[in-house]
Amino acid sequence: MAIADETRSPSGTASVFTAKSRASAFFEAWPPVILLAIFWIVAMLVLIAFGNFFAPQSYTAMDLQARLSEPVFMGGTFSHVLGTDELGRDVLSRLIASIRISLTIAFLATLVSACFGVLLGFFAAFARGRVEQAILMLIDAQAAMPFMIIALAVLAFLGNSLPLFTILLGFYGWERIARIARGLAIAAQEQGYAAAVRDLGASPLRVYGRHILPNIASTLLISMTLNFPEVILLETSLSFLGLGVQPPETSLGAMVGYGRDYIQSAPWIMLAPAAIIVLTTLCISLIGDWLRDKLDPTLGK
Amino acid sequence: MVTKATLKAVDGVSFDLARGEVLGLVGESGCGKSTTARLTLGQLPPSAGEVIFEGKTVPSSRTQQWRNLRRHMQMIYQDPLGALDRRLPIIEQIAEPYTIHGIGGSRAERREKAQALMLQVGLRPDQASSYPHELSGGQRQRVVIARALALEPRLLVCDEPVSALDVSIQAQVLNLLDDLRRKTGFSALFISHDLKVVRQMADRVAVMYLGRIVEEGPPEDVFHAPLHPYTQALVSAAPSIHGNRGRNRIVLSGDPPNPVNVPGGCPFHPRCPVAVVRCRTDVPSLSREGDRAVSCHLAGSAGGGGFSPAPHPKSKALEAV
Repeated sequence: MAIADETRSPSGTASVFTAKSRASAFFEAWPPVILLAIFWIVAMLVLIAFGNFFAPQSYTAMDLQARLSEPVFMGGTFSHVLGTDELGRDVLSRLIASIRISLTIAFLATLVSACFGVLLGFFAAFARGRVEQAILMLIDAQAAMPFMIIALAVLAFLGNSLPLFTILLGFYGWERIARIARGLAIAAQEQGYAAAVRDLGASPLRVYGRHILPNIASTLLISMTLNFPEVILLETSLSFLGLGVQPPETSLGAMVGYGRDYIQSAPWIMLAPAAIIVLTTLCISLIGDWLRDKLDPTLGK
Repeated sequence: MVTKATLKAVDGVSFDLARGEVLGLVGESGCGKSTTARLTLGQLPPSAGEVIFEGKTVPSSRTQQWRNLRRHMQMIYQDPLGALDRRLPIIEQIAEPYTIHGIGGSRAERREKAQALMLQVGLRPDQASSYPHELSGGQRQRVVIARALALEPRLLVCDEPVSALDVSIQAQVLNLLDDLRRKTGFSALFISHDLKVVRQMADRVAVMYLGRIVEEGPPEDVFHAPLHPYTQALVSAAPSIHGNRGRNRIVLSGDPPNPVNVPGGCPFHPRCPVAVVRCRTDVPSLSREGDRAVSCHLAGSAGGGGFSPAPHPKSKALEAV
């Protein structure tokens, strides 16, 4: 009897495992870094949607009396929390406007490039033969040409408007996604599961949409999260060169470009947008990496 | 100069399968068993000849007609884990054929039918939402079987369905297939390199060598009194619980020839222990008498509707001594 009592665990359960506390279980499923990254991206999305309500002033309003005034943490006043630029425009208001433009362009462009790439990659894997060769040639041609040169040429000839600029950036990186999609789709066809579903009588649309796409989505997602920061950087580079978003509109890259002239006297003009670029691209990469592990049912519990 | 050679994975194979019958196809690796299966299902276009299913030629291009025909012909694969989508719970995969062919009523009804199928193949209802990698090999093969039977096919092609499973599970899966056949009455083309398995499952067995059928007949006859020298060697190589006492083990020399460069005459003659001069020049045809067929010059007709088997090499050796 005494022996039986001793072997029984104090909580009365037969399990030899100690129950994890609720908090530690939560943080195991949602690591703090990921929570911060998600919080940052959500904050950015809120800014994109409702930025107008947060901006203290209009991003074009000039206050020549208060040119190049310091932000609060460098000894400035609360009338311009992040200081003002060379024309006395409020940096915080411009930053919010820039985030809205830059991130919207980057999100849309990544989406365009992913859809285009996946469609072409799948079509190449499905058709094989000459069609596949033609698509591969297109991919190689795109990969061989520096995208910056293409973008400069297109913008120089066709002029600049936001929709055109977005679609142009959407062509950035499609060839990598197409290559990955094609390779993975061919591998999936060779593997049993796609062939088995085809043998059940499923249409190609179903085989690709319902089976191959979810199976390779994690890899595509990672590729997209790598593409996204690059699109942001490309947009900022083009805007920095003056070929991207045109004044009076503003973007993160344009802000960095115009702030460059004042980097010694008023570094806050370019530091704020630069910090946003770094943080956003980092967060997207972190979330992409975490999602890949999360979405794969064969990993983890 | 590079000359183009043609590989004939399957050459001149002809067989028929009655409704409800199980035809076993045996042979060594690379003899064209799986190619025959794929041709039967119309997954490969034959370069010559045709496959006829219920009076109609089976199409080999992936047309709507081909897809519709999947309702009646299904397949069970050697590697069940590879044949299942690792991202979908098994219940959804079992119910998928209903969705594909737009049958089985509403979503809930399809799910119910899939659950009934799970019970039928011996899976527990609480496994419905598990993923393929969470199941054992035998359970995965049960999922594949349930999915194939969802459409109540009239022909089931089983390509080495148990060779990836361990022996105790093999027996369970074979019994399950046998039970299901009795219940639903499908015909089956059962491919295996394991003679025991084929003997248990098949009503009729065909032995393949180098893309050709060399012998055909009821399993008991073929395995007890093999006619073709290749079948004799194959049967003598099967392990027995009685050990090798009283058995004449025939060891074939050499490897199967390169199928690109098939030997002239009888394709088996370079390895045949009893080959004669004629075997090098004349291609034997599959001759049929009663319910048996054999493709060998030496397995002569004994008269009275039967064959006499090709001479056994060991007995010949004894005569020489």
